[in-house]
Amino acid sequence: MRPSVIGLTPFAAYVLLFLVIPTLLAVLSGLFDARGNFTVANVVALFTPDILKIFASSFWISAVTAVGGAVVGALVCYALLGMNPQGTLRSMVDSAASVLAQFGGAMLAFAFIATIGLQGFVTVILRDLGINIFANGVWLYQVPGLVLPYLYFQVPLMIITFMPALEGLKPQWAEANATLGGTRLTYWVRIAGPVLAPSFLGSLLLLFANAFSSYATAATLISQGAQIVPLRIRAALISETVLGRSSTAGALALGMIVVMIVLMWGYSALQSRTTRWQQ
Amino acid sequence: MSGNPTVGAAPGRLARTVILSVVGIVFAIPIIAMVEFSLRNLAGGYTIAHWAGVFSPTATVTYAIVFTGLGNSLVLAVVTVIIILVILLPTMVLVQLQFPRLRRVLEFVCIIPITVPAIVMVVGLAPVYSVVARLAGSSIWTLAFAYGITVLPYAYRAIQSNLSAVDVVTLSEAARSLGAGWGSVLWRIILPNLRRGTLAAAFITVAVVLGEFTIASLLNRVNLQTALVQVSRSDPFVAVIFSLLALLFAFVLLLLIGRLASDRRTRDHRKAS
Repeated sequence: MRPSVIGLTPFAAYVLLFLVIPTLLAVLSGLFDARGNFTVANVVALFTPDILKIFASSFWISAVTAVGGAVVGALVCYALLGMNPQGTLRSMVDSAASVLAQFGGAMLAFAFIATIGLQGFVTVILRDLGINIFANGVWLYQVPGLVLPYLYFQVPLMIITFMPALEGLKPQWAEANATLGGTRLTYWVRIAGPVLAPSFLGSLLLLFANAFSSYATAATLISQGAQIVPLRIRAALISETVLGRSSTAGALALGMIVVMIVLMWGYSALQSRTTRWQQ
Repeated sequence: MSGNPTVGAAPGRLARTVILSVVGIVFAIPIIAMVEFSLRNLAGGYTIAHWAGVFSPTATVTYAIVFTGLGNSLVLAVVTVIIILVILLPTMVLVQLQFPRLRRVLEFVCIIPITVPAIVMVVGLAPVYSVVARLAGSSIWTLAFAYGITVLPYAYRAIQSNLSAVDVVTLSEAARSLGAGWGSVLWRIILPNLRRGTLAAAFITVAVVLGEFTIASLLNRVNLQTALVQVSRSDPFVAVIFSLLALLFAFVLLLLIGRLASDRRTRDHRKAS
């Protein structure tokens, strides 16, 4: 008996039931009203100043932490270059990066409340030195307060995604550069830089998408209000599911998906340019 | 790889030490802060009372909610691993053996969950789960169906890197020509060769499931993360202690995954030379 197409059905059915249908339901619920009639009213409502402001602050937090995470993460990758990949330090850094890139959610929020909360470790030390980090109000429980916690998982994610590209730099290129009289500066500006650029930009997009879609840390730190898109979806879900319909949540979900598709499309386009040099 | 540092791309010793120690120290601060916080005495000074409380025999009663959450998360981790092993793994082997043209399709499907944020999934999962609850009851393990989707990209990558390093087609043809049935090809030939990838997939699944918050929270289920948030309102020390323990557990788990991967790399090197 030869395994055939029938063997693929369990996976297909599973993906259909728990990935395709939920995604379609989420997106379509934004396109129908309570009576089941097609409407674009909810999508049009996305373009009100109120919602646009929420998307703008989501973009802001994602952009800031993506750029910060990409720069710091790339520096760490550079520092790790040329070390034995099997060495103790490298495998410790690799594991720590994998853990911290996954370290989202409530636990991350606790970590930062313990660090820079009102009675946090760093807050208290700085206060004893006469520096009040909350002189202009308590920003930890607002959108700016998300920057440091988000960086805490963005930098490790950058290390994981960017390290393979840096390791793909061939020693021959550096040798050729040196033989032809180039300096280390020419090597980085004219050889490694252009080769790494698509991969760096790709990782930047991935980091942006990662921050844009993350929910748990923000939900734990900002228990009230809806300053970024995922929190606005929470508010819509909590207030509307009682009625069995969540058109606003659906429209917001549609908006998020559109942004994510653009980001991931850009990422895969850049990724295919990257692999050209990694043969 | 090494070469002369003034020629190669690798940084000098000083630059490397400065970058790694600065970033290392900054990243250690929140962890140190959590440890310091967990040792604080409300009346001032330090105490190990909070830690003693967590490890005392009565802890399961005092912090019942956390232990319920932990138990639920462990059940979910096990069921999710089973879903990956029973649904994803055989499909990947089958596609590799019989439908090479579907490889790209399968890869694409398995990457989709990265594009669909959990918070978006929840919007569509709510109606799906009201049907699931009617058919299978509302016990906690049903949440594993959603978690299986969440871990799909990670599990896929772990298994695929193993699968593409092993020539399963030749192996299965050799076994078939020696008279083995498909069952024993899968069980005795292919799976033993995929042990590393499967184990890595299982570990990353456990790590992701233990850290999941979004779906459980918005579908009103209790798992480790939602329980920690709940307990943090009355006893922040316990929440921090459990977070530290969970972090340590995840670190050990991922260190093991790294070991598995580097074992394979050294073995492949030896084979190649």
